[in-house]
Amino acid sequence: MKSILLSGGTLLDPSSRLDERGDLLIRDGKIESVGGRIDGGDEAEVIDCLGLIVSPGFIDVHCHLREPGREDVETIATGARAAAAGGFTAVCAMPNTDPVTDNQAAVGFVLRQGQRAAAARVYPIGAISVGQQGKVLAEFGEMVGAGAVAVSDDGKPVASAQLMRTALEYARTFRIPVIDHCEEPTLSAGGTMNEGIVSAQLGLKGIPAEAEEIMVIRDILLARLTGGHVHLAHMSTRGSVELIRWGKERGINVTAEVCPHHLSLTEERVRGYDTNAKMNPPLRTAKDVEALRDAVKDGTIDLIATDHAPHHYDEKEREFADSPNGIVGLETALGVIVTNLVEPGMVAYSDLVDRMSCTPARLFNLPGGSLKRGAAADITVFDPKARWRVDASQFLSKGRNSPYDGMSLVGRAACTIVAGSVVYRSGLPARDREQTNRLRG
Amino acid sequence: MTGTLGKDLLGLESLTGDQIRLILDTAEPFKEISERAIKKVPALRGSTIVNLFFENSTRTRISFEFAEKRLSADTVNVSSTGSSVSKGETLVDTARNLEAMRIDMVVIRHSASGAAHFLAERIQSNVINAGDGTHEHPTQGLLDLLTLRDNLGDLRGRRVCICGDILHSRVARSNIWGLTKLGAEVAVCGPRSLLPNAIDEFGVRIFDRVEEAIEWAEALNVLRLQFERMTAGYIPSAREYNRVFGISRERLERAPGDILILHPGPMNRGVEIDSDVADGPHSVILDQVTNGVAVRMAVLYLLAGGKPELAEAAKGGAGRGREERE
Repeated sequence: MKSILLSGGTLLDPSSRLDERGDLLIRDGKIESVGGRIDGGDEAEVIDCLGLIVSPGFIDVHCHLREPGREDVETIATGARAAAAGGFTAVCAMPNTDPVTDNQAAVGFVLRQGQRAAAARVYPIGAISVGQQGKVLAEFGEMVGAGAVAVSDDGKPVASAQLMRTALEYARTFRIPVIDHCEEPTLSAGGTMNEGIVSAQLGLKGIPAEAEEIMVIRDILLARLTGGHVHLAHMSTRGSVELIRWGKERGINVTAEVCPHHLSLTEERVRGYDTNAKMNPPLRTAKDVEALRDAVKDGTIDLIATDHAPHHYDEKEREFADSPNGIVGLETALGVIVTNLVEPGMVAYSDLVDRMSCTPARLFNLPGGSLKRGAAADITVFDPKARWRVDASQFLSKGRNSPYDGMSLVGRAACTIVAGSVVYRSGLPARDREQTNRLRG
Repeated sequence: MTGTLGKDLLGLESLTGDQIRLILDTAEPFKEISERAIKKVPALRGSTIVNLFFENSTRTRISFEFAEKRLSADTVNVSSTGSSVSKGETLVDTARNLEAMRIDMVVIRHSASGAAHFLAERIQSNVINAGDGTHEHPTQGLLDLLTLRDNLGDLRGRRVCICGDILHSRVARSNIWGLTKLGAEVAVCGPRSLLPNAIDEFGVRIFDRVEEAIEWAEALNVLRLQFERMTAGYIPSAREYNRVFGISRERLERAPGDILILHPGPMNRGVEIDSDVADGPHSVILDQVTNGVAVRMAVLYLLAGGKPELAEAAKGGAGRGREERE
């Protein structure tokens, strides 16, 4: 394997308090040396990183790669390439596939497809319950043995408090987080957007913030009861932030994530019935966005995850209430965070790297998340000043359902390196034949 | 074609007070056409209009059809119950097919909020919303306004209360927008479980008790109570609803002054409104139906690019046509 010398960039790794101009040498898939001027020798490929930030690779702990079951919408390969293009060196694939990823064979399949893709690493998340039916616990031990890094029934809330309790207790043996999609299903039933003045005016059934918050506090209390690690997916309300803060102050083992769209868009975006503004949890109010941004800054919310959810064009091109929830996010996450949180001075680049790399690696016990010597060479090089216009038709993801299409963003991945191999370079997106044909067709 | 209202009529939210007054003023001369022996003027001769009804409707569909025919448009009715999804063809395909047939206008009724917007964004024909889900029903709002204006004059400062299931009512939303834009004072009254949680932000007065509403209002617009609201658990029973919120003669007798009763229909007699009220002296319910045709003629005429000041002439033109035939 060729050595790579990342030359002259800003080395930024909050996990080792590194923030300085310097070189970084990669050899045999590992970080060989960091900082100062490094002579890579004649055989090393030199990548000029002047003006760029060199950070541990971004890790997205929440995405939907749709395989198996909906390969027309996304495959593990297209998803992994989209991730690499967005600066992610690893992603965790949610188990709400068809069939559900709820056993060791299914987990193994996801892992193998990810390895074949040879782009961002793909870590499977197993289901909490068999078939995501919310009744019988899935085999956590066997799934972890096959490579699962967490369990979740994401897409569906764990409605039964007893099942959630058991999952948190049982997961302790395997030291994995139990991820919950917090939604009280009887309160949210039939809802298509945030409940409030906009839903009332548009005549769309709303989902109150309380539908999320009731489950957030339930899960926090169950984490207290069991000592298990509960990780709360895609937090969207101010109340949830307050409840998480409450839990953390008491030393309860709760962590949480927020998505770029909940940090940048509000329910106002639904006016005009744009189905690319439809997701679950829904876009909330400006006050919620503000509270979530503060929570990212002060660490109440531990990390940023995309909830990348590709859908077929036809499925989004229909009446608002009938269209599916979710948007793609892998290729816009970095730009959305830089544009909405870093550029306005709310958080520093080191915070961004922490929330998108170091913390996800630490909480999910994954390789990467560090530029320390000897660490796996999972590295993201990004241009913090690159101004670009989102063009969904150019996404490497099969999904085109983005509310950011046409928007101007600042901040973009320049080079993504996984285990010492370059899996993405800007300007030279690696397309596979299938995708090229589709774009031509 | 783009007239003084823009391309489409999707709701009253997007209209100005002046635009609403223009429609009501334009409706005035059209009222008389329906009183003639030969109820037809040539204003929309050669225009093709599709009435696309994805949801059951008798009154609105017939009212639109009469309005179109009395303006001499060529009309086609497409009725299909259930959503486009269950029908098999998507709404966007339906829209494209209509476009391909080079029609001039579409009147759409659909169970999904935003369906009229969806269609309007995708076709060049004028789109008229005949009710989309729980969002808006602008022509119903307009005919309510016209009926109120006929009876109360200028609506500025007049007190109108909308009673019943505000949460699920497109009529309520169009009424709130329309009345507010014309300067009326608006109130709502109904069980809190059938009011939007954010109703405070609509800038309307809220009455929890119908007796208070009657004491305050100069007109009540009584909404139909859908029976599915009981099965969905919003309220316990129709009987109790009538007892607590029903508009009865006894309750109206305690009104301090004259009070008008409107209802968009179809009525559940003995539920939200008692028969002796519906058929009594306060009721203007059938005037609403009559006005519905005139208001829809005005909307069709204006969207087709008709000049409001020529509405009288358009009417006169018909008169001449008739003389020629005679």
